[in-house]
Amino acid sequence: MDDKQVAPASHETAEPGYQARNRRSDVTLMTTSPRIVRIWRQVRRQKQVLIGGAIILVVVFAAIFANLITTNDPTLIDPRFRMRSPNAYYFFGTDSQGRDVFARVVFGARLSLEIGFLTSFLTLVFGTVIGLIAGYYKRVDSVIMRITDAMMAFPGIILAIAIMAVRGASVANVIFALTIVAIPRVVRLVRSLVIGLRESLFVESAIASGCTSVRVVGWHVLPNTISPLIVQMSFIFAEAVLAEATLSFLGAGAPPEIPSWGNMLADSQRIMNIAPWTMFFPAAALALTVLGLNLLGDGLRDMLDPRLRRR
Amino acid sequence: MLAYAIRRLLVLIPIMWIVATAVFLLLHSAPGDPAAFMLGSDASADQQAELRHELGLDRPLYEQYFDWLGKAVRGDLGESIFLGKPVTSALAERAEPTILLGSLALIISLIIGLVTGVLSAIRRASWLDLSLMSGAMAGVAVPTFVTGLLLIYIFAVKLRWLPVAGYEPISAGLWPCLRYLILPAITLGAFEAAFLSRMTRSMMLEVIGQDYVRTARAKGLVERDVIIRHTLRNAFVPLLTIIGLMVAALMSGAVVTEQIFAIPGMGRLLIQAVVRRDFPVVQGAVLIIAILYVLTNLLVDLLARVVDPRIEL
Repeated sequence: MDDKQVAPASHETAEPGYQARNRRSDVTLMTTSPRIVRIWRQVRRQKQVLIGGAIILVVVFAAIFANLITTNDPTLIDPRFRMRSPNAYYFFGTDSQGRDVFARVVFGARLSLEIGFLTSFLTLVFGTVIGLIAGYYKRVDSVIMRITDAMMAFPGIILAIAIMAVRGASVANVIFALTIVAIPRVVRLVRSLVIGLRESLFVESAIASGCTSVRVVGWHVLPNTISPLIVQMSFIFAEAVLAEATLSFLGAGAPPEIPSWGNMLADSQRIMNIAPWTMFFPAAALALTVLGLNLLGDGLRDMLDPRLRRR
Repeated sequence: MLAYAIRRLLVLIPIMWIVATAVFLLLHSAPGDPAAFMLGSDASADQQAELRHELGLDRPLYEQYFDWLGKAVRGDLGESIFLGKPVTSALAERAEPTILLGSLALIISLIIGLVTGVLSAIRRASWLDLSLMSGAMAGVAVPTFVTGLLLIYIFAVKLRWLPVAGYEPISAGLWPCLRYLILPAITLGAFEAAFLSRMTRSMMLEVIGQDYVRTARAKGLVERDVIIRHTLRNAFVPLLTIIGLMVAALMSGAVVTEQIFAIPGMGRLLIQAVVRRDFPVVQGAVLIIAILYVLTNLLVDLLARVVDPRIEL
């Protein structure tokens, strides 16, 4: 508790110096101790980042080493062992077709992270490029903004469902649909940041000293958008994991043969009174992963953007 | 005010046009042939061609587009391929459950979200704040359909207090209808309540540190008046935007919730249409949802102006 109250105070005293450095049109901030030490100090102060990060590490570990964690095939159907309750061999029991729930939860982590990572990465790349263009070049700005307006007129999951309806159930299509849905938000974020930066002194002086537009945008504008983007990426990651599960649950996501937490929950609905474990374990895995990502995102936001720090 | 509302409505026209066009192009870029899909694999090529002709799928794309757009403007969204009736009447029939479910969920989330948010803001850093905010954090992390499944498991399967799924129209009486809607509404409202609670707390804290709140205290106002008239009122404007987003999120949430609880609403209609590739229905439902969504946002902006006249329109 104590160190939390000290933190903002020390930040406020650092404020004038921070601004002075910023005015010098410099991207590096407050260099007193090595960067990695500073980052670690901040992380330690942010319990949210620690807890969230720990949860995500476990999930990442499960996803990478899925083959080593369990030797059971997550897709092996064995009607002899249908709906067995959790035991020493099947840690989380088996489902309606005798498949190992533990193996499916572990391999489901792989799918969730794959989709979460690829979606947030692709969204970030495309969203940033389009946002930079919209924010920096006034001529195309209104066209891009009207298109994002129209895209944001669809509730996200509905648009994703419509895209899935057309393209059919596959993992690549899920990533495609979720990326399309998330891009407008990143575009708007980057655009608003760029418009703010465009008027700032250091961009003006860069232009005055004869930098090309590409150099101004890439060298002076882009680095200043990084930290809000990192925060945004963690939230898009969380939303993509959630959206994939929702789509799969509705039957418009990953194909049924792929172990996905959403597919597992859809299967469990019919048998929850006989085999509740088929529901509990994927539900817990999904909720924990999303919780971890949200904690990480909140913590990173507080850490990277002190102005938004919650009191 | 009125001029602003009209201007905003006019801006909506090009947006709705882009939306409609996007929906049309999206569905017509589908790789599969709806006619082949509907008739199954053992239909002859002649039968497929006949159906394609009947549905107008053999005409050039631009012709289909202008035909569809022209009818949509006049309120005709075409005919459902599977239900054998106009899309508009199919949607209208399914509107009641969705509207009831959505309103009930909104009421639940507003009450829970605002009350817990304000409580944790005024009792900041207390055990109450901590437990409410942990609950809200968990509530945001648990997806709607997981909440739904857990609620069904506890209250319908184990305790047998409420039905597992299904729907009874309001014309059958208030309680028979509510019995089916309680669990879905809580499911749908819980996520939004958690979200609103966190937002309310941070908006309240934003305002509670302001000079005018200190002044209000200093002039001897009762704490209740300080909180309600000076803090909540000012925190409410940004919250209104968030409530607008919530209404929109309720629409998407309803799709999932209706599916879990087998409620015959618009969301379930959409999912069924997606699975059966009933494209006119998908097109119509997505368009209607998009229109509702945009109108909600407009309404919220106008309300924000009413609550806070300082907002420049």
